[in-house]
Amino acid sequence: MLLHKVTTIVIVHIMNALEITDLYKEFAGTPAVKGLSFAIPEGEIFGLLGPNGAGKSTTINMVAGVIRIGQGQVQAFGYDNQKEYRHTRRLLGVVHQEVVVDNFFTIDQALEIHSGYYGVKDDPAWRNLLIDRLGLRPHLGKIMIKLSGGMKRRFMIAKALIHRPRLLILDEPTAGVDVELRHGLWDFVREINQQGTTILLTTHYLEEAEQMCDRIGIMHHGEMIALESTHELVRKLSNRRLKLWLEEPLPSIPTEFERFAPSLENGGSILQLNLPAGESAGSLLGQMCQSGLKIRDLETDQSGLEEVFIQLTGMGGGKNGSAA
Amino acid sequence: MVPQPDNRFYSWLPFVTLLRKEILRFRRVSTQTLLAPIVTASLYLFVFGATLGDRLSVLEGFSYAQFVIPGLIIMGVINNSFANTSSSLFMSRYLGGIVDLLVTPVTPPQFIMAYTLAAMLRGLLVGSVVLVISFLFATLPWEYPLLAALMAMIASFLFAQFGLIAAIYAHNFDTLSVYTNFMILPLIYLGGVFYPISILPDPWSSLSYLNPLFYLIDGFRHAIIGVGDTSFVIAFGVSATIAATLFVWAAWLIGKGYRLRS
Repeated sequence: MLLHKVTTIVIVHIMNALEITDLYKEFAGTPAVKGLSFAIPEGEIFGLLGPNGAGKSTTINMVAGVIRIGQGQVQAFGYDNQKEYRHTRRLLGVVHQEVVVDNFFTIDQALEIHSGYYGVKDDPAWRNLLIDRLGLRPHLGKIMIKLSGGMKRRFMIAKALIHRPRLLILDEPTAGVDVELRHGLWDFVREINQQGTTILLTTHYLEEAEQMCDRIGIMHHGEMIALESTHELVRKLSNRRLKLWLEEPLPSIPTEFERFAPSLENGGSILQLNLPAGESAGSLLGQMCQSGLKIRDLETDQSGLEEVFIQLTGMGGGKNGSAA
Repeated sequence: MVPQPDNRFYSWLPFVTLLRKEILRFRRVSTQTLLAPIVTASLYLFVFGATLGDRLSVLEGFSYAQFVIPGLIIMGVINNSFANTSSSLFMSRYLGGIVDLLVTPVTPPQFIMAYTLAAMLRGLLVGSVVLVISFLFATLPWEYPLLAALMAMIASFLFAQFGLIAAIYAHNFDTLSVYTNFMILPLIYLGGVFYPISILPDPWSSLSYLNPLFYLIDGFRHAIIGVGDTSFVIAFGVSATIAATLFVWAAWLIGKGYRLRS
């Protein structure tokens, strides 16, 4: 019997959740966004970082429809956000940077109203799930004005998700909130991402962006100056530090290692070198052995996104403080 | 089997929800939005109806109470329709809540109609209560009740549009109060609520014909008592034209996102 082996090739086309092309915007003659283009495939967590005034919020507000587009095009799931704005807005959920609540209503009423704004009938099961997951249950009966700042932030996230958007935009959702809420929020964001929601976020907290995002774009002066997977961005642009404990102390640094910005410590028994991106630690160690250096122990340390960010934007400042 | 959530898009739902929210908003602060204007109008009714009503006559064949009550009703309709759209939209702009609407699929026509219908409801509700209270002070002839209802609806529609326009152009609460205190109030008082403009000497009498509110007030009164300073057709035509013009203006501003989207 002749067996026919049939191979089926399945081509999976991943749609872009967001596609921005040549986006431009100026305010009173000053450009805020200058010819920005990038795309976010469906299912991704994308981090848009940049210093204050880089154009991140302007970009997000153009995507959401709060700010008119100067030039260029924004498409969400294939729909043009100007011509087919009812489709795009239905598919987007936005957590704005500024806390915006309607003081006339309770959490429950406001969530029901927001679902209706998006043309989606109230789903009590989903509404209650959001209320519980975001810890809003004890405050349900309160009108918004009585809620604390942290509670208002949580409510804003519930509000952005109440119509089950396919792309969730978080514009600095954790600004000014405590550590516990930040962790809870990011866990929740990961969870909804795993369930299929694409995430676009900006944050002050670079460590969080590094942990959360599949890809990162860094904006500066209205332009995208870096756009890579988080891992690649850190790998390509950050320096690794190599710390070597030597069997015999060195009186001076060998000239062949000068290009690695070496330094000697502890009477010449510890040698520290910067390993540039693309340079293999193995080949450097081999070179050292050939030079007769005997290594007792070694340690490597890689700089993170924060250093990459500072390097690219030229922004200094304290930890967690300069990104957005 | 777990039922799937109904996640479909209902195109009418954003409008119904915004309308419901606007009605809930004024109901939530009903002391300020309903009770206060009703008390004010009742005081007017008491002063002009109970105290002066039978002692004065500015129009032959009618007591002063019968003359003034239609004007007081339409004044309640006008003030409250304007106040509802202007305060709601301006507060949304001022406090930033408008962003919540701008990111939704609510269309400009839905936006305008939801705000307008809620404002009309508030204005007509206040007018209706004033009307019921007026039964204590005078009996009105009710010559053309349907035309009176039509004029009240035009008045509330017109001032709902004016409220939207004022809320968009206003920079702060002070500017917004200019519309109320320096435009609407003088135009109402000089538009024939408390006296027929025919008793004014010239040029005040002629100038009063330039007051757009005169046509709303006179048209409404004409429909109720059967006589007016001008013909009902003119009063209706001028009022409807102004209402349509303001609607086009408001629709243009909101469609364009003027001062709503930067």
